[in-house]
Amino acid sequence: MVVFAFFVSAVFATLMRESAGEQLRFGARLMGGFVVGGVVLGWLLYVLPF
Amino acid sequence: MATTTARVAATVHPHTYAICAAAWVVPGAGHLWLGRRQKGIAFLLLLPLMFACGLWLEGRLFPFEITQPLVALAAAADVGIGLPYLLAKAMSMGAGRVVAITYEYGNAFLIVAGLLNMLVVLDAFDIAQGRK
Repeated sequence: MVVFAFFVSAVFATLMRESAGEQLRFGARLMGGFVVGGVVLGWLLYVLPF
Repeated sequence: MATTTARVAATVHPHTYAICAAAWVVPGAGHLWLGRRQKGIAFLLLLPLMFACGLWLEGRLFPFEITQPLVALAAAADVGIGLPYLLAKAMSMGAGRVVAITYEYGNAFLIVAGLLNMLVVLDAFDIAQGRK
């Protein structure tokens, strides 16, 4: 999941931002969001009874 | 109005569709052609690597089966990566091993790599049209 989040974030950041610094910051934020979102969603599904 | 139209027409690249075709065949080639070197190199490295990860994780390159619409959609997404897909097919890779624990992860990598390259082609089109 982390590797997948890395690739997707890196491509999106490269597409959506122009300078390398902006790409790095946006990519890191995006990747953090993907990883944290995935873990939170995983725990929510774990708690659900179905 | 006429000035705006003239300015937009002046910035449209004459080889827009050739650029899109190049961007599809080789990920990042469109951006390299348009002089966006940093972006082009990033796509050239990231997308084939993501596709290779999908193959390594024993994902499947889906066949075009019209009777199974979801499989056909997955196949269309796989083709989006361009030359790496054709190479993998030529080398009989991407058969997929359904019982492998990483099978679904591999499919996700292969499909998303193709879809991301389609986005990259659209971005190259926008740049060639003078919109970015």
